[in-house]
Amino acid sequence: MITYTSIFRMRFIAGLQYRAAAWAGIATQFAFGFMHLMIFQAFYRSSGTAPPMEWPQLVAYEWLQQAFLALIMLWWQDGDLLSGITDGNAAYELCRPYDLYTFWCMRLAAVRLSSAALKFSPVLIVSLFLPRAYRMTLPPNFAAFGLFLIAMTLSLTLVIALSMLVYILTFVTLSSMGSRLLVGVSADFMMGAIIPIPLMPVWAQRIVYCFPFRYVQDLPFRLYSGHISGADALAQIGVQIAWVAALILFGRWAFGRVMRRVVIQGG
Amino acid sequence: MITLANIHKTFKVAKREKGTAAALKSLFHREYRRVHALDGVSFHVDEGEIVGYIGPNGAGKSTSIKVMSGILVPDSGTCGIMGYTPWKQRREYVRHIGVVFGQRTQLWWDVPVSDSFDLLRDIYKVPQSEYRRNLDLLTETIGLQDFINTPLRQLSLGQRMRAEIAASLLHSPKVLFLDEPTIGLDAPSKLAVRRFIKDINAETKLTVILTTHDMNDIDALTDRVVLIGKGKILYDGAFSEIKNRSDHSALEEVIAELYREYEL
Repeated sequence: MITYTSIFRMRFIAGLQYRAAAWAGIATQFAFGFMHLMIFQAFYRSSGTAPPMEWPQLVAYEWLQQAFLALIMLWWQDGDLLSGITDGNAAYELCRPYDLYTFWCMRLAAVRLSSAALKFSPVLIVSLFLPRAYRMTLPPNFAAFGLFLIAMTLSLTLVIALSMLVYILTFVTLSSMGSRLLVGVSADFMMGAIIPIPLMPVWAQRIVYCFPFRYVQDLPFRLYSGHISGADALAQIGVQIAWVAALILFGRWAFGRVMRRVVIQGG
Repeated sequence: MITLANIHKTFKVAKREKGTAAALKSLFHREYRRVHALDGVSFHVDEGEIVGYIGPNGAGKSTSIKVMSGILVPDSGTCGIMGYTPWKQRREYVRHIGVVFGQRTQLWWDVPVSDSFDLLRDIYKVPQSEYRRNLDLLTETIGLQDFINTPLRQLSLGQRMRAEIAASLLHSPKVLFLDEPTIGLDAPSKLAVRRFIKDINAETKLTVILTTHDMNDIDALTDRVVLIGKGKILYDGAFSEIKNRSDHSALEEVIAELYREYEL
């Protein structure tokens, strides 16, 4: 265990050094947050029917997305790890007495958490004091907040299990471009990062509900604002757990397979 | 200590003619060429020996090292090192070996060398007292104190290689595999690395297998060489004998002649 906590601590501390990047990131996050909200506001004003998400729920959804971007974006992957696979530096990792799957998972978790740790509180705090139309709201009750925390923790595990598939695929294709684009683009749309899923047409909702991506962002953020609650919330967290378990089992199996036939690049 | 018997490893390499037409054709039909990287490799190494593993580029040296360190799984053959089969009992086995790939790095780029060492201590679960003792010995013999608190990215190649070798010895391995440890180093650094390998070998009975293209490394460290070419072991014996039977005096010439003799 000390092996895995040690890599976590080291990457976490190393990640905290990037403060300038964090400030730049925060500015970007506000720019995107406002832009998205203004677009949605225009739609909400011009629509005659009752919207599927209340405006404050949508605002909370948007600011949570901006605050926790580092935890949920699947298009970001660890460049050092990817280049290690394609240029052969991963050779060293194969002759260490640890479980490489777990080790890489801890490493990925540390980088994401350190980046999120620098950014999430400034975004959330400032968004609580914005003009009323764009103001972040608190969850309706403690239950909603508790469910949000549980789903968010599971979401990080899910993101890492999905990310591992990118690294596994890179061992086979030797270029991370394809797998990153494939996972990144499909995930962004299907987890509701471009349009929140309740605002999608019903037929599109049916499709995205069949994939694991919505449990990364859609579920925890809607739990926060109470858009999903009660027995429904618990059932959906159950599905989230099932996805996490299935993806870890599949990832470990696939990882074991590529390890047996791995070819170290570059002599 | 180390016994390899009839190890085979083939790689599939995609064949492609040059030009656009061939590139288009390869989209639909690919032809592969089988490269026999290791073609029945056998040898034995005793405890405490230093063995120079030599051969031209692409002969199969690195592939052998990777098989012996549990990274690659061979197609056939057996390999027993301290009673382990590297690729079968990988995790238990690798605790007892150290590996240095001269062209790669095992230390973290953006943190001080000592942080990378601490991480390795935790990975190998080295007891604190043993870790301190090893670190003191390494610091003394290789002059680590000058740069142990500097991030890796700011070290010279010579300093980095010393740190790399030190890193592979923190957990007191019984066997050390060195794949081109002196590549790209200046003369003083080469001498330091050689002296260090010799000292550690004398002090701890460490078994060392090293690959190199610099025959001065061999000359300084050992008399036992294993020559590999096109995946086959061609010579296994005394380096002095190779030198004696050549008319040349310069080591480079001796080796060039040897490679010519075996049509490598």
